[in-house]
Amino acid sequence: MAIKAKHQRLVLLVIALVVLIGAGLLAAWALRNQASYFYVPSEIVADPPAPDRAVRLGGMVEQGSIKTQPDGVTISFVVQDGEARVPVTFKGIAPSLFVEGSGVVAEGKMRTDGTFIADNLLAKHDENYVPREMQNMTDAQAKQVVAETQ
Amino acid sequence: MHGFANPARFLRIARWLMPLCMGAGIVVAFGALGWGLLAAPAERLQGETVRIVYLHVPAAWLGMAGWMGIAVASFTELVWRHPLAGIAARACAVPGAVFTAVCLITGSLWGRPAWGTWWVWDGRLTSMLVLLFLYFGWMALSQASEASDGGQSKAPAIFGLVGAVNIPIIHYSVTWWNSLHQPPSITMGKSAMSGAFLWPLLFAMLGFTLIFGGVVLARMRAILANQQAEARLRRKALAAGDL
Repeated sequence: MAIKAKHQRLVLLVIALVVLIGAGLLAAWALRNQASYFYVPSEIVADPPAPDRAVRLGGMVEQGSIKTQPDGVTISFVVQDGEARVPVTFKGIAPSLFVEGSGVVAEGKMRTDGTFIADNLLAKHDENYVPREMQNMTDAQAKQVVAETQ
Repeated sequence: MHGFANPARFLRIARWLMPLCMGAGIVVAFGALGWGLLAAPAERLQGETVRIVYLHVPAAWLGMAGWMGIAVASFTELVWRHPLAGIAARACAVPGAVFTAVCLITGSLWGRPAWGTWWVWDGRLTSMLVLLFLYFGWMALSQASEASDGGQSKAPAIFGLVGAVNIPIIHYSVTWWNSLHQPPSITMGKSAMSGAFLWPLLFAMLGFTLIFGGVVLARMRAILANQQAEARLRRKALAAGDL
């Protein structure tokens, strides 16, 4: 009888765990839009937020798009996700990892003319770690080297 | 596994396994930290700040592994009523919480130069902070049950299993949701990390895991010794009462 009780507890607990993990996954699934930290350009272009609503825009800084304005402290650049592009202007000090071809999260508001006015910039780095000796290579070359060294 | 149900046999093994884990862990972990901090290269974009990875990633792994240990011990306690399971869960809680805190602190210090912020409420950071609070709650519940009924309560074991839901959420938070934290660099059999960073990191993870194992064994021995001392005091008090 002792073995039977043990098996009963095992079965009950496994069922409880499956239900629990299912509930957790359903909750995470329901949160999939709300829990995102930022909108990507294609989402913002398809459904622009109200001009007075503070939102975050995240994507890649387009190559060759960072331009410093004549006042010296305002920069403008383009954030893209491969489908849509959003022009952004920002006045202030950008983080040191903010470079062309890298990820960025801009906090600010979307103007009705389609320009995003950022009041804060966060740099988002990707999962690739490449030694400094390779810094003169392009991203594609560096990735190639990493792929070969594994 | 039921061979270890006898605490005396467990203690015989733990007596030599604990110093072995500790010694090997300290040598490997500090060797790997020296390698990572002094010999490994700087990163192409991040420069020298990348070196904090050799502490941050092992701490994150052990913060999560600590709760997985609590969950497995809780399952064993509930199904097989294993006498050492509850003790193992209690032994995992403090080192797990410490490593979770180290992960959050080093992550914050790293976030300032890399991202330009100490803290953001994105999915990964928030779920990791929730893990730290789960540890605090679990330790409080376990202590309360210890104080009220000598650890007979099933409540900590049930909490340990329910809290384990947070572990896959932490892991997938960067894939399910857009987050400021980057996706994992090391996944099953693949690495987006160049070998120059990967090897010292893997050794640091191995070393800190051995230290974690040594701490858990030491804490289990301490809890068992405490229980024996208390049982002896109770027997003495009873004998004195009989006189």
